[in-house]
Amino acid sequence: MKNPNELHQNPNELHQNPNELHKNPNELHKNPNELHKNPNELHQLLSERFGEEHFEFHQDEKAEPWIVVSAGILKDVAKYLRDEPGLEFDTLMCLSGVHYHKEEQLGVTYHLDSTSMKHKLILKVLMPQEDARLPSVEQIWKAADWHEREAYDMFGIRFEGHPDHRRILCPDDWEGYPLRKDYQVQPYYQGMKVEY
Amino acid sequence: MKNPEITLEPPVDAGDGLVAQQMVVNMGPQHPSTHGVLRVELTLDGEVVVKAVPHIGYLHRCFEKHCEQMNDYTKVVPYVDRMDYVAAMNNELGFAIAMERLMGIEVNDRVEYIRVIMAELQRIASHLLAVGTFGLDIGAFTPFLYCFIEREKILDIFEKASGARLLYNYIWIGGLMNDVPDDFRSDTADFVKSFRPKITELNDLLTENKIFVERTANVGVLPAKVALNYAASGPMLRGSGVKWDLRRDDPYSIYDRFEFDIPVGTGEKGTLGDCWDRYIVRVREMEESLRIIEQALDGMPDEGDVQEAIPKKIRPPAGEIYCRTETPRGELGFYIISDKSTSPYRVKARAPSFVNLALLPAISIGSMVADMVAIIGSIDIVLGEVDR
Amino acid sequence: MQEFLESFLPAGPLVVLVFSIIPLGVILVYALFAIWLERKVAGHIQDRLGPMETGGWHGWSQTLADLLKMIQKEDLVPARADRFLFKMAPFIAFAASYGAFVAIPLSSGYIGSMIDIGVLYIVAITSLLSVSIIMAGWASNNKWSLLGAMRTAAQTVSYEIPTVVTILSVIVVTGSLNLMHISEMQSGNSFLGFLPNWLIFHSPFMVIAFVLFFIASLAEAHRVPFDLPESESELVGGYQTEYSGMRWGLFMLTEYADMLLLSLVGATLFFGGWNSPFGSFMDGPLWGAFWMLSKGMVLVFVMMWLRWTLPRLRVDQLMNLCWKYLIPATFVNLIFIALWEMIF
Repeated sequence: MKNPNELHQNPNELHQNPNELHKNPNELHKNPNELHKNPNELHQLLSERFGEEHFEFHQDEKAEPWIVVSAGILKDVAKYLRDEPGLEFDTLMCLSGVHYHKEEQLGVTYHLDSTSMKHKLILKVLMPQEDARLPSVEQIWKAADWHEREAYDMFGIRFEGHPDHRRILCPDDWEGYPLRKDYQVQPYYQGMKVEY
Repeated sequence: MKNPEITLEPPVDAGDGLVAQQMVVNMGPQHPSTHGVLRVELTLDGEVVVKAVPHIGYLHRCFEKHCEQMNDYTKVVPYVDRMDYVAAMNNELGFAIAMERLMGIEVNDRVEYIRVIMAELQRIASHLLAVGTFGLDIGAFTPFLYCFIEREKILDIFEKASGARLLYNYIWIGGLMNDVPDDFRSDTADFVKSFRPKITELNDLLTENKIFVERTANVGVLPAKVALNYAASGPMLRGSGVKWDLRRDDPYSIYDRFEFDIPVGTGEKGTLGDCWDRYIVRVREMEESLRIIEQALDGMPDEGDVQEAIPKKIRPPAGEIYCRTETPRGELGFYIISDKSTSPYRVKARAPSFVNLALLPAISIGSMVADMVAIIGSIDIVLGEVDR
Repeated sequence: MQEFLESFLPAGPLVVLVFSIIPLGVILVYALFAIWLERKVAGHIQDRLGPMETGGWHGWSQTLADLLKMIQKEDLVPARADRFLFKMAPFIAFAASYGAFVAIPLSSGYIGSMIDIGVLYIVAITSLLSVSIIMAGWASNNKWSLLGAMRTAAQTVSYEIPTVVTILSVIVVTGSLNLMHISEMQSGNSFLGFLPNWLIFHSPFMVIAFVLFFIASLAEAHRVPFDLPESESELVGGYQTEYSGMRWGLFMLTEYADMLLLSLVGATLFFGGWNSPFGSFMDGPLWGAFWMLSKGMVLVFVMMWLRWTLPRLRVDQLMNLCWKYLIPATFVNLIFIALWEMIF
């Protein structure tokens, strides 16, 4: 059993040295706005780095443009986006699963944001409905932890490498993935009638 | 998938033939300080938290599924209310703005100003609740009721405008449910005037209280970099010293017309990013909201039909949008995919409490059970929003 | 008093019974009043009214109604609790604080027993309270209760030291452990002519001693800011979590009886006990009881006032306060009081 005092120091260790990390909250906004990149430029950067065949750039008038990434290199792309000076996507704003019923595909949309560079990026990953799996980005953005669990819970997308891969909103023994368009409610849950 | 087995460290011989072992305690779902039906599975070594695993979902009401099954976008608005039920106006505003951007609707100035006033009043009401219950968690009962008295006054203003005190359904896509009553302007001005001294009173009673500072300073320290990596937002992020507020950094509605500061934690009582910093950010934000309300009251035009931009049938073009707004708890994002029908193809609500709560295990290790209560209180979760 | 009873009752067990039941009456009536008062105090401090309906005038019978409700409630025992200990604990708790009233001189004409080690006896028997709380916490088979019980054990043991040392500093002045004698010593007016001859006016250090005693007694009575054993926002209900109905009511009663007990001890040691503040004016056995209880109630009121004003300390801070500040302060104060006694 550990000495309580030791444990009390622990939070600091967890986050490395807090003083170091605290140094630059003001520096965060120092960067002039011209540095920020639009999705087009980001697409070019990514294509140069990882090869054009992995990316597909989408733009229409209404929506913000997005980049479709192939699942295989997702983790490298994420790491690159986070760590590369000049990109610095330090925050994963949102991660949403989507079921494209007609195409029989599942997708995951990543909304990235950089608080220091003030630019945003939308990444999408598509995968077949029958074999929905892709690498987890939990190690890159901790924010993905619960979002990925939710996407698994609702769409049945498996995130490989996720440390705590289980349902989050539905009960652990729930059947089916409720937000899939072809979802049928199970008739009974633990002996209770589900449909009222 | 099954719950992972709980693993405890093996028992240790504590001498005299006694054996000491860690213990697992369920904090919640019925617990006075988990602000709803949150369950935290605590592994304790004496009173020291070794591991904390939050379990959520007890209040899951299938918000996203409901949105897809509604045959009308307008029917989604009341559901949005019920996500963060202590800041319903801000949620409505977030959803309305997302839909307006998707459909390309412009609303007139009167609507914008009323929306901003409502949203800021709601921010004050929500922060009052957060600050009050935070005090309650620490054991100070009285400030909680003082906060509620002030919150009542705001709810009275809302009630006069919308007829409801908690779930308003007031901000509609393209406008408002109805215009504000004639005495809205004077009511709000009166409230602003009477509320300023109350903040001083709260500071005297709670903020500077020695015991309160002892209990909250240096507790649950969240460094800025960790906060960003976890995508924390709102007072949670600002408490760690990051000057990040969507009203300024990604302006929506007419927030670029107002002058206000963004209070951030400075670590004045302890370490930067501790519970006290998160608390004081909320208190100071109330003052800034008052400033915005005052400016908005001055600038609000008297004329204007609040319903002129409301579309007869809401059928947005095919496309998708991610729109984020700053609610009292942080970044509320709506990811809406439209397939050109009358109901959304997919709505994902990125709830700030949901994201902020994920931080709990990271900042609570090594604290005591009593600190857990303070940390949960300082995150200011609303379970309706966490579970949706 | 005993002679008075014997004048119209046959001597023997009956007299003793009536005699010993008097404090119980005092405690019960006081508890009914104090719980109502606590609600009223809380209400008014929090800008609301408190109970207003039950019984008519300012909800005076609210506590009676609550008592009736509690009696009717089911007496639950958790399935895997230690039934015997679980059921015994509230009685032991109340017995501990009731037993302590024996040595309290409620007026110049009434003291349960003229034991010469009165103060020591009170300190000793109130320690039983922590035993009963540990029993309750352990027997409940609930982890929250257990945590509450462990906190109590640590808290009571620690805070007994400053309590005893401040009492000791009074003993240095009085030279007696008998509370009746201590009260008698404080009758009349002091050298200034108008100040009552109370021990608190004896020397400036006695004021400090009283403040220290009051802080320590707050902790002994588990009142805010030291109410960690039952801290409702952390431990749900602490050791009381699993109790319901009258057994819970007994714990509640004990809490209030304890408040009164410590306040009465404080009043006796520092504020002249049953002595009138106006010298011989309004003096006598019945007035004595009035003064004694009023002084006690004032201190109880201050305890309530603090409860609705302050937040709660954390366990380690509680221990810090005790061992790093209170105990050294009480010892230093004891030395100064002893020096004062030597010089004057």
